Amino acid sequence: MEKEILGIEHLSVSFIQYGKGLTKRWLYAVEDLSLLVHAGEIVAVVGSSGSGKSLLAHAVMGLLPYNGRMEGKIWFDGEPLTQKRAAKLRGRELFLVPQNVSYLDPLMRVGEQVMGKRPSPSLRDTCRKVFAGYGLDAQVGEKYPFQLSGGMIRRILISTAVMGTPKLVIADEPTPGLHPEAARRVMGHFKELAAAGAGVLLITHDLELALMTADRVAVLYGGRMIEEAPASVFTDETNLTHAYTRALCRSMPKNWDADGERLCDTGDILLYMRKEYGR
Amino acid sequence: MEKFKQNRICRGGVWVGRQVLRAAALIVLVSMLAFFLVSVSPIDPLQTNVGQAALGSMSREQIERLEAYWGMDIPPVERYLSWGFDFLSGDMGISLLYRRPVAEALAERLGNSIWLLLFAWVFSGILGLSLGILAGRKRGGFIDRLVTGLSLLIASTPSFWVAMVLLLTFAVQLKWFPIGFGVPIGMASQAVSLPDRLYHAALPAAALSITGISSIALHTREKMIEVMESEYVLFARARGESETQIILRHGLRNILLPAVTLQFASVSEIIGGSVLVEQVFSYPGLGQAAVTAGLGGDVPLLLGITVLTAAVVFSGNLAANLLYHVIDPRIRRGASG
Amino acid sequence: MRETQKRGGRRLAMLLLLAFTVVFLGAVVWLGDAWQGTALATDFTRKNLSPCLTYPFGTDWMGRDMFARTVAGLSMSIRIGLLTACISAGIAFLMGLMAAVMGRFADGMIGILIDLVLGIPHMLLLILISFACGRGFFGVVAGVSLTHWASLARLLRGEVLQLKESQYIKIAERLGKGRLYVAFWHMAPNLLAQFVTGLVLLFPHAILHEASITFLGFGLSPEQPAVGNILSESMQYLVTGKWWLALFPGLLLVLVVLLFHYIGQAACRLIDPGSTHE
Repeated sequence: MEKEILGIEHLSVSFIQYGKGLTKRWLYAVEDLSLLVHAGEIVAVVGSSGSGKSLLAHAVMGLLPYNGRMEGKIWFDGEPLTQKRAAKLRGRELFLVPQNVSYLDPLMRVGEQVMGKRPSPSLRDTCRKVFAGYGLDAQVGEKYPFQLSGGMIRRILISTAVMGTPKLVIADEPTPGLHPEAARRVMGHFKELAAAGAGVLLITHDLELALMTADRVAVLYGGRMIEEAPASVFTDETNLTHAYTRALCRSMPKNWDADGERLCDTGDILLYMRKEYGR
Repeated sequence: MEKFKQNRICRGGVWVGRQVLRAAALIVLVSMLAFFLVSVSPIDPLQTNVGQAALGSMSREQIERLEAYWGMDIPPVERYLSWGFDFLSGDMGISLLYRRPVAEALAERLGNSIWLLLFAWVFSGILGLSLGILAGRKRGGFIDRLVTGLSLLIASTPSFWVAMVLLLTFAVQLKWFPIGFGVPIGMASQAVSLPDRLYHAALPAAALSITGISSIALHTREKMIEVMESEYVLFARARGESETQIILRHGLRNILLPAVTLQFASVSEIIGGSVLVEQVFSYPGLGQAAVTAGLGGDVPLLLGITVLTAAVVFSGNLAANLLYHVIDPRIRRGASG
Repeated sequence: MRETQKRGGRRLAMLLLLAFTVVFLGAVVWLGDAWQGTALATDFTRKNLSPCLTYPFGTDWMGRDMFARTVAGLSMSIRIGLLTACISAGIAFLMGLMAAVMGRFADGMIGILIDLVLGIPHMLLLILISFACGRGFFGVVAGVSLTHWASLARLLRGEVLQLKESQYIKIAERLGKGRLYVAFWHMAPNLLAQFVTGLVLLFPHAILHEASITFLGFGLSPEQPAVGNILSESMQYLVTGKWWLALFPGLLLVLVVLLFHYIGQAACRLIDPGSTHE
């Protein structure tokens, strides 16, 4: 087995929300999550959209917003990943590939953003090579985000991770809005990263895509992990332990007929889950 | 491509033309509004300026001549038009209080005020912007609380009282500065040296600057917080950029556009404040002239000041709009990429 | 997602402070009204006293108790401020709704009117309106009311334009409800939160501008105990070293305005907690 790159132990991430009349409450986006990512491995975390999974990525990066907090432990490359250490490793060994164009400064040329501070000739060279590797013109670096297409933006976001030598890449929903072909291509890029020896943590709501790409898949429901298994296990739902995962598996598009009608019966699983998990 | 470029330049020209027309139209509307307001006033310019006693002792003929001079027997719309066309040709009428052409009086007053206004505008802008950036860098931090509190305190303090406190402390008690007036009393204004002018303008300028800081600081702070908590700054942090780099590279860049708007919008506020501050320091500027004209019923002067300041304010807005289009790459480059 | 609910720790403290603020301001208004007589009482045996225990703010050249005068003046300023802020907010509300109800032309006209009012420096427009009304009490009320509605109106107009695009307003329109009906039954309630915070945020400005315009001599007549008058009178005695005439009334004015600012912020936080969570 390859070396452990990322170890997450009993991680809970919550953020504060203020209600009417000055009440405040902590909302848990992730609760008691434990997970391992090895070098050269892609691990997918699958959960329904809008459940604050991004906060998991931000927590590992040490970038929780001021109203967020986390409990639990994170190990990186054999040592505890403290705020301080995360700050030192970001952009060197620890990389984030964010969701969409809003993560790019709208008023700065994308090349400048990819290269970071004052670019040296060698850095410019690397940038050109990386861009070329993703099929991007060198001129693209001179453009502002608003001038680029969605597919180009996606490739630029990924290219930021290749500017260094990543040990861990966290990809936060890297495919929404892309058509299947483009999404598969993007996933190919992550496979390349893993093949080069990086651990990849893929956060997504798309189980099919996760199964296609990842070595192991963890399924979250309401912020809690209900199933973790190698991707191969998901081919046969009888291997799965949790009723929700089985239903999820059954409802994947490949099990749909041509009219998009679901052939399977997911039953009252959602009712059941609501009762069981209280949400 | 060439044709496309020309097309864009042409469209840009049309846009600039429309903006200029709009500003001009607004200035005309301001003059109408001001003229309407002074026309409905029950304050009789004849009585306030010539005096009841003097009127009583005048012959019918003399009064009629005066009334004709003030245009009392002409309907208001006609009066407005004749005033407006005269105004455009440079004849702004005769100031009743100063007994000289309004244009002359305005030029002298503006000459006194302009340095005061410019200094306060630039200084409050720079200070407000810096304080706002410092505060917005870290929401809820010590500097943030300090700046927010200070801005709130300034916003709660009337500018004339700030002026009075400065006068009381630095002129009356400490005697560092003169009590008032733009120039030493009894000196012709041409004979005053520049250092003397600055010496007399220092306290009013300080008072005016202080008042202007709070709104710029608070708005910049809000914008800065928005930037620092934005997703693109989060991603910049994720790429390993340091806090200083983030503020210099992303913070300043994204704060620039709103700051331009804010700075030009503050022109109106600074001019408004100068009315009060100049009154306290008896500084012979535009603001004090406005008060004197209002109290003395000097209609031509009051109209002249209103149109002049409105012209300054709208030119400021126009400049901000144009600058915005030059700076913002999203507009500058259009969708041509 | 799991939630854990907690009472905000600052909730009680904030409500207490808010209650105290309101009581304090109420006391100023009430006391000032009750002291109208005291404020005007002249007594030449005690003229020009510097601050002491009996007369905490000192006395002026006519031996009037400056503390009583200041409180009476502030009471007047607060009442005028509340009145004018309410009128101003009312104008803003009507303008905002009119932009929605009366179609494109009216909307354009209101937009121009807003630009116009914001284009003339506040103090200058105040002077002009006060001049048009022949100065005095009516001049102040009209002046402050007519100069403060513009930014709130712009805010509400923006809100109305957004509401117009929303689904349920469109449905209501398609159901054949009249424009007026839609405006008052469907839009107005949605504007309420914005309106109330806008109104409360207007108070401090209205009070400050009342004091300013009176200070310049365009407002309340000199005999009335207004803060602007007190401070304007004190100008003549600054040079002769009677600093207390200017300092204490001004300080109390700043305190009152600051408290109104505080109430405004608290109202914002209570009504729209999303905008400021610290």
